[in-house]
Formats: sequence, structure tokens, C-alpha cells
Amino acid sequence: MTNATHGTPAVAERVGTLDAPRSPYVRKKTTRGNYELYSWVFMRASGVVLVVLVFGHLFVNLMVGDGVEAIDFAFVGGKWTNPFWQVWDLLMLWLAMIHGTNGLRTIINDYAERDVTRGVLKGLLYLAFTIVVVLGTLVIFTFEPCPAGADPELLASFCTA
Amino acid sequence: MTAVMEKADASTRTGDVPSFDVTIRVRRFNPESAGESGVESRWDEFHITAYGTDRVLDALHKIKWEHDGSLTFRRSCAHGVCGSDAMRINGRNRLACKTLLKDVNPDKPITVEPIKGLPVVKDLVVDMEPFFASYREIMPFLITNGNEPTKERIQSAEQRERFDDTTKCILCAACTSSCPVFWTDGQYFGPAAIVNAHRFIFDSRDDGAQQRLEVLNDKEGVWRCRTTFNCTEACPRGIEVTKAIQEVKRAMITRAF
Repeated sequence: MTNATHGTPAVAERVGTLDAPRSPYVRKKTTRGNYELYSWVFMRASGVVLVVLVFGHLFVNLMVGDGVEAIDFAFVGGKWTNPFWQVWDLLMLWLAMIHGTNGLRTIINDYAERDVTRGVLKGLLYLAFTIVVVLGTLVIFTFEPCPAGADPELLASFCTA
Repeated sequence: MTAVMEKADASTRTGDVPSFDVTIRVRRFNPESAGESGVESRWDEFHITAYGTDRVLDALHKIKWEHDGSLTFRRSCAHGVCGSDAMRINGRNRLACKTLLKDVNPDKPITVEPIKGLPVVKDLVVDMEPFFASYREIMPFLITNGNEPTKERIQSAEQRERFDDTTKCILCAACTSSCPVFWTDGQYFGPAAIVNAHRFIFDSRDDGAQQRLEVLNDKEGVWRCRTTFNCTEACPRGIEVTKAIQEVKRAMITRAF
């Protein structure tokens, strides 16, 4: 009744397709604490706030008044003399950077298999985070809307007034 | 009307059970020869004749008993209760004893592999110890405070219903070994441990919820769940695993705030 054709290894598998089949899998150490809990809650909360901030930003920059045509040095300079927009942009910068960095940290944790790879990737990530946040914060607070000796045509109206 | 007796054909006599031929591709791994040949694992194909009532486990039995006695796999009760024979069949985690061959397209070769993410011991047998270690960590036993009641620990039908779904777990590891987060480095507690913690956390008779939540409030605990629903799809008992994990998350958040 049975076709007694004993199977021959039909496919010659590439070496190592089954990754380290006998590698020991033991949880290295307990890492209890509320850190991941707070980071999980932060992702949800900051996500909601960012939706408001980003769409508010897009609406004011691209749709109100002359829309996208109005954006130039003077437009940005004018916005950043107003503490309201300074706080808005600062919040947007910080929340977006922390939210995005935390998301990438999670992805690196999920996909990097070796501790060294994980460490290097996270190191690069935190370096990029620091540079962007420090530079961005610096620009928002020290921006000079009326640089001396610039063409008055390019500056905001209040510079010449 | 006269009844006409049909001519008995030699191939399909009355009472014959229809059979079909099927090819089973099994992923083999032999720890003794792995080092010499340099091959980590290989595929073996077996051609067998099966019936509509045959399960993948019956096919594996036929292979082991009639073709190749060295084929190694686990099974105990063979009826979907003991949870010994979880394996990856056509790329999905299932119990070999609950999967009918006719349901996994016998027209093409059916692939059978060990479950992923756990160290392979031989062929389809994996080392379940890391899986059980996580299970032990969540303390899967009744923890109570105060004096023991003189008669019994009374529970209403509604209180029992609260955790009914998660009592069905048979610890087959189909969920944990289907989880992509577990595949990466095996540090994640895994769905099965969380399901069994859920079974006690929401039990009105149990007083150890705080301790269990503390254990799972780990970097490798519930917060590594990405809600991909692989576990819910893999569970041979139909437990809503992802839902249980989210309920444990919610319990932690209400505890913290």
C-alpha cells in the first residue's frame, strides 16, 4: 500500500540556515523596574500631543494666509520672536526626538541579535539624538531675526521699523 | 423499479476508504553528525499514503515505524491535551496531533520543522527548559494571605469567568515560539508565561498579583509585546493570548498611576 520510497535529502540546505540550533537561551538577569512602563505610556501620550503639534504647525505654515509662498527667512524670523511659537517648536522638537529615538531603541532591541551590534547601534542613535536636540534648542533660543548688515529686503518688517 | 447492483471495480470496492499520496518534508538535525559534515540541518522527504482521517502525527508515526526509525519527535497523549507535539507545519505552529493532513494542502509537500527560537536537541525535539524557566518565574501556583478558610475558597461563576480563557493553556510553546520578539534573543518572557500569570493575577482567590506584576514589569516582560498576534493565531487551544497580555499591561498601568 505505501510507496516505500525512503526520502532522500531532497534539498541541500545552505550551512547555517538554522541559526545556532543549540545555543543556550537563558535570561541573563532580571531587569525589573518601571522604566519600560513609563516609556510605553510616554509613547502613547507624546503621540497624541504630536498629532496636534505637527498638524497645527503644518496648518499655520502651509495654509494660513499666503500659505507655502510666504515661507522665507523673514517668516521664520518673525515666528521665533514670538514666545508662543518658540515653546511650540521646542515642544515639537523634544517630543518628536524622544518619541522617535525611543521607537528606534525598541526596534534595535527587537532586531539586533548580538549585544555588541545592539550597543553600537544604540550609541549612534543617542549621539544623533543629542546633536539634533542640542543644535535645535540652541537655534530656537538664540535665533537672530535681524542680523546686522543684511539686505533689508530679506528681513522681517519689524527689523527696519 | 429494479435495483441494479453496480459492478464491483477492483480498485474501488465498496467499503474501501479512499486514500491519497502525500509528501512530507521534515527538517532533520542530528547533533552527532552535525559537527563532522558541517551541515547544521537538512530536509528529508518521505512519500506516504494517507487517509482523510490521518493527522500530521499519524504521518510522522508512519515514517518512524515504516521508513526511518531515526526520526525523532515528541508526543505523549496524541490527542491535543498534553502539548508535547507542537511543531512548525507549513510555516505555522500547530499541534501535529490536531492537524489533519487534508487541511494543510496534501497536493504540495508538507513541511515539518521544529518550533523556532528554542535550541534543537534532535530533529523535531527542542530543549523546552528556557520556556519552562520563564513559566516558573511567574510563580504558577496559588499564593494566599491570612488564615486558611475552614471549608473551601469560594468563588462566584463571574469571578471564575474572568480568567477562564487563560486556564486552557497546555504549555505546548506554540505561542512563545511563534513570537518574533522571542526569536531574536530568547530573553523575552514570552506569551505562555504571561498567559499563565494572567490566570492567577485575575483569580479572585489569589493574593500574589502584586508579586507577579512585579516579575513581569521587567524590560523583558510584557512591555516587549508588539501585539503582532502571532501567539493568538498559533494557540491550538484558541486562547486570546494577545488580549491576555494587554490585560496584564493594563493592570500594571492602573497599579502605577
